[in-house]
Amino acid sequence: MTKAPAGGWTTATVSGVRRPIQRSVQLRLDVHDRIDHLPGQHYVVRLTAEDGYTAQRSYSVASAPGDPLVELFVERLDDGEVSTYLADVVEPGDELEVRGPIGGWFVWDGGTPALLVAGGSGVVPFVSMLRHARATGQEDLLRIAVSSRTLAGLPYADELADAGALIALTREQHGIRPAGRLAAHELVPLWEPGQTAYVCGSASFAEAATQLLETAGVPASSIRVERFGPSGSPA
Amino acid sequence: MPGPTRGFLGRRRDRDPRLPPGQYDVGTDWPVLTAEPTPRIAPETWSITVDGEVESPTTWDWDQAHALPRSEYRGDIHCVTTWSKFGTWFAGVSVDSLLAAARPTADARFVMATSKTGYTTNLPLEHVTGGQAWVVWEYDGKPLPIEHGGPVRLLVPHLYFWKSAKWVTRLTLLQRDQPGFWEQNGYHDLGDPWRQQRYQGD
Repeated sequence: MTKAPAGGWTTATVSGVRRPIQRSVQLRLDVHDRIDHLPGQHYVVRLTAEDGYTAQRSYSVASAPGDPLVELFVERLDDGEVSTYLADVVEPGDELEVRGPIGGWFVWDGGTPALLVAGGSGVVPFVSMLRHARATGQEDLLRIAVSSRTLAGLPYADELADAGALIALTREQHGIRPAGRLAAHELVPLWEPGQTAYVCGSASFAEAATQLLETAGVPASSIRVERFGPSGSPA
Repeated sequence: MPGPTRGFLGRRRDRDPRLPPGQYDVGTDWPVLTAEPTPRIAPETWSITVDGEVESPTTWDWDQAHALPRSEYRGDIHCVTTWSKFGTWFAGVSVDSLLAAARPTADARFVMATSKTGYTTNLPLEHVTGGQAWVVWEYDGKPLPIEHGGPVRLLVPHLYFWKSAKWVTRLTLLQRDQPGFWEQNGYHDLGDPWRQQRYQGD
């Protein structure tokens, strides 16, 4: 694997703020002295209070490397110190301190076949991969399966549907697919030897999805996982 | 350092002194962060090997490891993703006990920990000796859960938690430092949470 790009701390000007689905925000950032990312990498956002107190969190990039702006998708957590600020306070024109791109494992090189399996806001790095594939005419390399409670709660649902993603809704019927969890037999037709499988979602989703992939015949060595907490289950 | 972020107040400032900078208290939760599928490892098939720059490369199976002096850690853990968990209780064996048997050579300076999954992480030897590191199989008096690295993980609680390799099976002593899995991917070679050594160059 080629070495993934990495950037240091810099500032970004907020260019756009959108809230297409509830309890989340999409930030479009003009990153100064930007180093282009690979699809799947993330950025850290650091907030500083008047007295120097800081808080930082990392967020996956949704935009393609060729996009002049970096798009971050932020799920608003009710007790989230950073996500509530980004979702409720940030306006276009604000300056944010950011660091990125970061991460060299959960990345797609843009030229190899990949099976992408996401739960909820775990779709974000895959949106970057999809947009990059579209820009380079390589959409055929990607197979996508996503899971969400409802269609209205699925980030980037239209883009994913347009790309032919399998959309599994646990609380709603979707097309001819009845409500229910993603099943191994649904992943079997998406899997081809030679693919790298990427799994992104909550800890519990990621655990379940990797087991589904292994049931579907995907070797563990071909699976890359990105989990985000909190796990929701006590230790 | 740039100036303050417009309108950002942050949480209350009566921060718990146990919290390193940039961390928050996750409470009773214990988030799971892993880059690979969770391996199913039967205790009967697990072993731990200490090799590399040692006089006497040694492997312990499950029963042999349990026959070593039991050692416990009670205290806090800190994840680079900014959560900290207070008052954890782990039990297993001190890395000092393993090193006492394998006897590092005079040239040994670093350790590469390797997991069953192939995951690796590098540590300075001086950070895993003197009661600073354990190989643990118990959490809260119960077998270590598989998603948290069970049956056995490394525990180096004074460093960010990616250094505490889950499903650990080998400690290789080295003369020179080599980057492990996350360290090759932009994370810090030491990872001291009190100095916020999250990424290379921090």
